[in-house]
Amino acid sequence: MSLLVNKVQNLLQSLGKGFLSNVEAFGRGSLFMWSLLLAIPSVFFRFDLLLKQIYVAGVLSLPIILMAGLFIGMVLSLQGYTILVKFSAEEAVGTMTALSLLREIGPVVGGLLFAGRAGSALTAEIGLMRSTEQISALEMMAVDPLKFVYAPRFLAMIIALPLLVLIFNALGVFGGYLVSVSWLGVDSGAFWSQMSSEVDWREDVVNGMIKSVAFGFLIAIVALFQGVNAIPTSEGVSNATTRTVVHASLGILGLDFVLTSVMFT
Amino acid sequence: MTESTETLIEIKNLTFSRGSRKIFDDITLSIPKGKITAIMGPSGSGKTTLLKLIAGQLKPDSGKVTVEGLNVHQLSRKKIYQLRRKMGMLFQSGALLTDLNVFDNVAFPLREHTKLPEEMLEALVLMKLQAVGLRGAKHLMPSELSGGMSRRVALARGIALDPEMIFYDEPFVGQDPITKGVLVKLIKTLNDSLDLTSVMVSHDVDEVMMIADYICVVSEGKLIAQGTKEEMLKESTGYVNQFIKGLPDGPVPFHFPTVSYVEDLTSSNKSSLL
Ligand SMILES: Nc1ncnc2c1ncn2[C@@H]1O[C@H](COP(=O)(O)OP(=O)(O)OP(=O)(O)O)[C@@H](O)[C@H]1O
Ligand SMILES: [Mg+2]
Repeated sequence: MSLLVNKVQNLLQSLGKGFLSNVEAFGRGSLFMWSLLLAIPSVFFRFDLLLKQIYVAGVLSLPIILMAGLFIGMVLSLQGYTILVKFSAEEAVGTMTALSLLREIGPVVGGLLFAGRAGSALTAEIGLMRSTEQISALEMMAVDPLKFVYAPRFLAMIIALPLLVLIFNALGVFGGYLVSVSWLGVDSGAFWSQMSSEVDWREDVVNGMIKSVAFGFLIAIVALFQGVNAIPTSEGVSNATTRTVVHASLGILGLDFVLTSVMFT
Repeated sequence: MTESTETLIEIKNLTFSRGSRKIFDDITLSIPKGKITAIMGPSGSGKTTLLKLIAGQLKPDSGKVTVEGLNVHQLSRKKIYQLRRKMGMLFQSGALLTDLNVFDNVAFPLREHTKLPEEMLEALVLMKLQAVGLRGAKHLMPSELSGGMSRRVALARGIALDPEMIFYDEPFVGQDPITKGVLVKLIKTLNDSLDLTSVMVSHDVDEVMMIADYICVVSEGKLIAQGTKEEMLKESTGYVNQFIKGLPDGPVPFHFPTVSYVEDLTSSNKSSLL
């Protein structure tokens, strides 16, 4: 009997502990985010730091974004063509490719790739900077890591992702053109004219961009938070890196559903 | 202490724990201005932690630390960063910024906090590197340095801004006898010529005895002894004697606190038999 009571007690205790530590993590997360936002204006006085981080997050992610954009555009139009041709509507393949890229695939796939490429790198970098006491050393040199390390990286990610998504989309449309016009023989004039009359600037392009800004924000927050809270050992940093990719990816997919339902219904 | 010297850093009733382990239990000590104070103690006794508490990187459970009359742990973020400009710290690991080469690492604090013209900055950096014997290594990246070299670069970086107080965390570890000798002289010269206050964490009794003015010994969360070098040398019994002579047995425990050795062995025996 007392054994059972003990077990129940232990269960309640661990439940309570789990709850408290979650609340604590949430509190620390919010505090961190708040101080991060307060540090953002300082980045505008340090453009050199921002540019470097945009290079690291953006330019270095270009190869994977270019390749992925091209192939996804090709696959989309190939699939689209095989369906549309049954209804003799194969000329709409350009519209279909462009709309799916702009509204969904560009921001989502671009975001997922960006989380894997730049988000994980950011977490690992911050985690290692902490474990090698570089962050501590910055503090001792009276350089605020919030302004010098975290804020520029945060802002750079929010700026880089939308630009990468634009490039991704452009490459995707080009891939679609290659497959449907050059290979499958869709009329080039119809391909472009249908696309440009059907795609709406505000509805499609801007909404897609809003999505990618939101995803950039999400990835940056997750990656930074995981890096800052990583246990400063090699195992701790590698776990944190994995968590960044998993949390950010799931976050993107969830947020995408919410944003789509707000924007396109 | 019988001196009339001014106190720069004052630690009062400081208590600090990591998890359930008390690292410091009600420690009170003061560090005089313009002198070299050595903090000695067994490995893991919390010397590095003490430096971080003084610099405000860790918060104590209770007690206070005052530097230049300011309570470090009640300062605003801005104020504490202002205070840290007057501090230099040599980290145990060196803690160089890994994306900058040796030259840029030493130049880093100067670039962040001053607007010196580039030629002057270069002259300053080379001077500091020359002092630690690494002018020839200025193009190397931190990953290309040995542990001892990294720490010397970190020392050059620590003194780049000519701080008012400087904390050395194990400056002699991993240095050959010649370099040790040079570093000892460097620390002494810096202290005397720039009127610095130096706090030095070190196990190297010989080197410490050569240059320290004051010595504090910590062990098991307590301050065991504090006084001038002469006072310490006179002490012929107890902790201080053991530590300074490097005897394995005595009041200072060599082992991390745990259950008794016999108990540990028998309990593991039991479980392997089961
Ligand atoms: N980040 C940490 N988390 C938990 N415990 C820690 C942490 N850092 C240090 N400790 C504990 O605090 C104690 C004091 O550590 P500290 O680094 O201050 O020792 P030290 O006196 O500098 O030792 P050494 O001479 O080996 O450098 C250690 O026993 C260690 O177990
Ligand atoms: Mg230490």
